[in-house]
Amino acid sequence: MGETLFLDLKDFALAVAAALLPGGLLASVSALISAGAVLVVAPVTMMFLTWVERKGVGRFQDRYGPNRVGPFGVLQPIADGIKMILKEDIIPDGSDRLLHNIMPVLAAAPVFLLFLVLPFGRGMVAADLNVGVLFFLCISSMQSPMIISAGLGARSKYSVLGSMRAVVQVLSYEIPMVIVIVAVVMTAGSMSTSEIVAAQVRDGWFVLTPWGAFGFIVFLIAATAEANRSPFDMSEAESELVAGFHTEYSGFKFALFQMAEFLSAFASAGLAATLFLGGWQGPGFLPSWAWFGAKALGVYFVLVWFRATLPRFRIDQLLALAWKFLFPLSLLVVVAAAAWYFMPLLPALVTNLVLLVGGYGLLSSWILSEFIRMNAPRAVPDAR
Amino acid sequence: MLPADPRAVIAIAAVLAVLAMAVPLVFAKLVSPRNPGREKQRPYECGVVEAGDSWKQVRIQYYMYALVFLVFDVEVLFLYPWAVAFKEAGLIGLAEMFVFIGLLVVAWAYALKHRALEWE
Repeated sequence: MGETLFLDLKDFALAVAAALLPGGLLASVSALISAGAVLVVAPVTMMFLTWVERKGVGRFQDRYGPNRVGPFGVLQPIADGIKMILKEDIIPDGSDRLLHNIMPVLAAAPVFLLFLVLPFGRGMVAADLNVGVLFFLCISSMQSPMIISAGLGARSKYSVLGSMRAVVQVLSYEIPMVIVIVAVVMTAGSMSTSEIVAAQVRDGWFVLTPWGAFGFIVFLIAATAEANRSPFDMSEAESELVAGFHTEYSGFKFALFQMAEFLSAFASAGLAATLFLGGWQGPGFLPSWAWFGAKALGVYFVLVWFRATLPRFRIDQLLALAWKFLFPLSLLVVVAAAAWYFMPLLPALVTNLVLLVGGYGLLSSWILSEFIRMNAPRAVPDAR
Repeated sequence: MLPADPRAVIAIAAVLAVLAMAVPLVFAKLVSPRNPGREKQRPYECGVVEAGDSWKQVRIQYYMYALVFLVFDVEVLFLYPWAVAFKEAGLIGLAEMFVFIGLLVVAWAYALKHRALEWE
């Protein structure tokens, strides 16, 4: 039921456009509808996500969360939005006024482009690029220059420190994430997101193979860190850095930074669902787009769960996790994926388990003992 | 259904996204109160008078990580074309790529040994 609902809607809009406009414009109208649909869906998703997050964390902490505005507090995001717009916009003396004004916009805008390459359902990808995964990675790493300009532009010590930490963290976790995606691209034989889903419809979800399961875990950790979410929210550790790089941004500018953070986390959850959990594929009693939504929200819920459960990392631990633990594991995942393709099932299973559980277990325990030994006598590193 | 050119979709979406973010910001500027004051406009520093400028040196460690990142990111980018052609390249291609990944590991071990990946 409703399988082609959104495609039918688009066809209907196109038919109306064809009746009203000259034929030459039809291709651009089609592009406009695809782009516009994503741009409408994303902010609505963002409002829903803030509600899910606050309600979820509230329940985890044994309180109700928002429950005053509308039934179950669902209208809370709208009330927040109105409040954000009506707040005074304070630009501190000495800050770079140009950067202060444009950086919130430039930080939030690229996040929308991430949704263009996600296949929301069967045939429902707004821009079916043959390098879709690379496009996603490029756009998501555009956040670092925006963050560092926003932090330096505000000229507050907390902003500068927060932006430095945010960038070093995003850079460090980029490497394991990119390497793990190589394993997926190898197995699917394409960088196009819709092709990757098609490969999983054919061969089964990648998360069900040993290399895929480990790859999914690495991807999930790296995606949490990329989105600067707890327990990796060093850049905005409120107990030490006030709010990190957006300390000096108030009112709607703050809302834009929040939007960028929430939406990039959700886009990463969607990419995790696409790359490892079979994308829109699922039993036929629900339409394909509902399956995609359910999987992406499920992954997002795990991120909320992380936030409610885990204490924050220290920055040296955070960087060590990326460079000393996730990086070798991600390379092993690539090797295991190659073994999985070239060997028959049983030897492939044995090789995968030996590499990932045995090999990585030995390697990581050795690295961990070295890490503990090297860090034992020193005091807590200073926060500079 | 008429398939839209993905590049056109991306171009249109980029323009629309910037507009969709900028227009509410301008609107907020128009409706929000504006009431600046000398003390209010100072950078926030946990309730004490700010000490010194914020634009000064940060520790070199950030730069070290950025350098190591650059090395690995460029190398990893070369894995992508191979990954797409992985099945056609066969075992020989795989062996060649293992040499490349081996070099990556050597670079990683070198950085590790020289404590480039330590926060100290």
